[in-house]
Amino acid sequence: MEDMLFYDRMQFAFTITFHYLFPQLTMGLSLIIVYFKWKFLRTRIDHYNDAAKFWMRIFALNFAMGVVTGIPMEFQFGTNWAKFSELTGGIIGQTLAMEGMFSFFLESSFLGLFLFGEKLLGHKLHFVTGFLVFLGSWASGYLIIATHSWMQHPVGYEILSNGKFVLTNFGALFSNPWLLPSYLHNQLASLVTASFVMASIGAFYILNNKHSSFGKLFVKTGVIFGLVSSVLVAFPTGDWAAKNVVEHQPVTFAAMEGLFETQDGGSEIVLIGQPNVVDKKLDNKIAVPNILSFLTYKKWDAKVKGLNEFEPENYPTNIPGLYYAYHIMVGLGTLFIGIMAVGAFQLWRKKLYATKWILWSLLFLLPFPYIANTTGWYTAELGRQPWLVYNLLRTSEGISPTVSSGNTLFTLLGFIGLYLLLGMLFLILVGKIINKGPVTAEA
Amino acid sequence: MLAIYVILDGYDFGAGIVHLFFAKKEKDKKAITNAIGPFWDANEVWLIASGGVLFFAFPTLYASSFSGFYLPLIMILWLLIFRAIGLELRGQIHNRLWETVWDKAFGIASFLLALFFGIAFGNVVRGVNLGMVENGISAHEAHYFFLPLWNPTFSPTAEHLGIIDWFTILLGLVGVVTLTIHGANWIIYKTNSDLNNQLRTVIFRLNFVLLALVILSLVVWHVIAPRPFHNFIETPWLWIFPLLTLIGLFGLFLIKTFKKDGVGFIFSSLFILGGFASTAASIFPKLLPSTNSVNPSLTVYNVAADEYGLSVGINWFIIAVILLIAYIFIQYRVFKGKMDDIGYGEH
Ligand code: HDD
Ligand code: HEM
Ligand code: HEM
Repeated sequence: MEDMLFYDRMQFAFTITFHYLFPQLTMGLSLIIVYFKWKFLRTRIDHYNDAAKFWMRIFALNFAMGVVTGIPMEFQFGTNWAKFSELTGGIIGQTLAMEGMFSFFLESSFLGLFLFGEKLLGHKLHFVTGFLVFLGSWASGYLIIATHSWMQHPVGYEILSNGKFVLTNFGALFSNPWLLPSYLHNQLASLVTASFVMASIGAFYILNNKHSSFGKLFVKTGVIFGLVSSVLVAFPTGDWAAKNVVEHQPVTFAAMEGLFETQDGGSEIVLIGQPNVVDKKLDNKIAVPNILSFLTYKKWDAKVKGLNEFEPENYPTNIPGLYYAYHIMVGLGTLFIGIMAVGAFQLWRKKLYATKWILWSLLFLLPFPYIANTTGWYTAELGRQPWLVYNLLRTSEGISPTVSSGNTLFTLLGFIGLYLLLGMLFLILVGKIINKGPVTAEA
Repeated sequence: MLAIYVILDGYDFGAGIVHLFFAKKEKDKKAITNAIGPFWDANEVWLIASGGVLFFAFPTLYASSFSGFYLPLIMILWLLIFRAIGLELRGQIHNRLWETVWDKAFGIASFLLALFFGIAFGNVVRGVNLGMVENGISAHEAHYFFLPLWNPTFSPTAEHLGIIDWFTILLGLVGVVTLTIHGANWIIYKTNSDLNNQLRTVIFRLNFVLLALVILSLVVWHVIAPRPFHNFIETPWLWIFPLLTLIGLFGLFLIKTFKKDGVGFIFSSLFILGGFASTAASIFPKLLPSTNSVNPSLTVYNVAADEYGLSVGINWFIIAVILLIAYIFIQYRVFKGKMDDIGYGEH
């Protein structure tokens, strides 16, 4: 039983983590591509159209990866989490089915047109198809986050005597207070990823002295989009997401912050420290007094509940994991704002393309938004534990009753092998596209 | 309720059919990838969307069958992944070895998928041991089960069933043959390749095989499942579905005489549509029959979601379908006609 739960969770965690590497770029990048197409329509400078075409090639590959890794996600609800699906399918099935019916159809129908239809459609219609692809991917994000928000903060339901959740209010799924902050935060975070990828590849071209005119465009666009999105991801949306957690899952918040004891007269914010669950304290702590109270409640001496005020059986199951995930996300967020601000400052002084150290930093920061996004999801998911549906259904009650642990281990290993192969192929092919570089219209 | 069922399931058939566009042997490689390249992703969405709709409309069925058919489903996922990457990657690097590997991956995965889908179909028709009853006692809740890939006897009437037995294999073959014919029709329709004439012959010959297989499986089915014609006798208008199937099947014998390239495709679609509809009509209201007498079969009535959820669902569902028809219309308008030169995958 224990094993079963463990393998089911590992499989879900592994496959979703892998899946989410792709959509975050899809969603952010589609916006920037639409921006390039729009610039082109307005200025009729081919440079923008060529840039859009270059990114479309990467987009297409990334999208295909998102699709093939997304299908296993949906299947797993039924295969590994059958009890959960049976009990809550009437509710989360709604939003998941809507995702398929509304956004995936929209996205995939117009992606074909967008990729192969430029000549057939003309520039204006081509722009429209691009816009629809963007809309589809953002709608998909919206519906999946609506699903996720319901698990974090269930609304509009009723529980029948046989344990089934039935929907009583469709609208409530979309006015869920958890949804909007989460959605905006997540979409901006995906824009952070896309901006960094763009800036990084731009920096690569400039440093390499190849395709430098494109390199400059990419760095510039990446830095501007990156600065705006990095700031917005922290404030107001990150802050907003944190307030949600404080309000609805105070025990999660205490664990995220590594707050073992409630502190009188205002809580300190921990910058560095290792949670020691056995002794219920943080080792090697560096902290600033009263900041946490202020950030959370806008009052210096507000009381933030520590873990000591809750029942241990409702503690998140992996307190150190949660704590580190959260601190990595926030730490990286701060770093992103810093580097993008310096980049934008140099851009404004017209010195960016010659400032080698910034270009090098941009180049090597490429993986970090992915890390921030992943740790962000780990914060949300580990924070929800031990619940599958917060306060209502425990994770251990959601797994498939008839699938044995051996079978799950087998499929988990299969997924690991297959995804390693996929990841390698993806990197090789993206490398090839980047190496070839953008093609100008005349060529 | 009934109306909802018909709409949902009718749409599931569509999912099945569109999905089938792919499964075919790979010969005139470029032309074929061109003929399906811009469509496969959108078509695969049919599978996802059907899954989603199944999930929300019949959560219990979704939970029961997805966990019960755990192994084959996960393998189907892997095959889908292989097929998709085969299709997408072969044109990315121009190297004989690379292309051959991905062609093979694509072809073999397609073949196995057709086989698996046929087998899955066979499992639904045959039924499963719901609740995993042993000596008259359910080992699990009444609607849960788990099937191993096969049991040593390969018999569809054994007490311990497996996914693969000679009956489901038979239907697996029906699946492969049907989809080969269907895919060939699509290629004839969508390309001008030299292959087309040869394909017509292939279709003509395979059609005999198909006819034989269909007759054989009907006979066997009659032995395994009690009274498959019961519903047809009660409700005679249902005969329209088998009739459609027959029209589709026999129409294909005339393949060589068709003037327009798309006609064959219409007939094979009819055959598939009719086949699904007839099966559903035959087992209705069951969705997954139980092979033991302790636990009842899963039916439309005992697995559906609650009233309220379904009634809001049907509203957005209709809107979504209207939008969808619009997308398909636009998509096929832009990519109408033959697609030999579109250059899919050669970015
Ligand atoms: C580039 C990525 C990125 C960056 C820099 C940040 N976040 Fe974040 N964060 C995410 C990417 C992300 C995410 C992946 O998008 C999550 C996971 C779930 C969600 O909705 O968004 C998330 C979740 C998430 C949660 C958990 C919500 C829940 O439990 O559902 C909180 C409290 C924050 N974020 C707060 C912040 C703060 C205060 C940041 C300040 C710098 C911050 N995040 C930067
Ligand atoms: C709407 C989207 C999502 C839904 C509905 C969802 C749902 C689930 C479910 C059902 C589980 C299994 C129960 C558990 O162990 O917690 C789970 C676990 C997990 N999910 Fe999510 N998830 C979503 C998005 C994500 C994303 C995008 C990521 C990461 C990139 C993620 C990371 C994880 C991890 C790491 C676990 C394992 C947690 C653990 O082992 O304790 N999830 N999620
Ligand atoms: C358990 C959770 C999840 C499930 C079941 C799931 C399911 C899927 C499926 C089936 C696809 C393929 C769609 C197609 O064929 O076009 C897909 C792609 C996609 N998913 Fe997920 N997904 C999950 C988590 C997420 C999360 C958390 C996000 C973002 C917030 C997300 C955003 C997307 C997007 C934008 C696509 C489009 C394809 C791409 O971007 O590569 N998904 N997902």
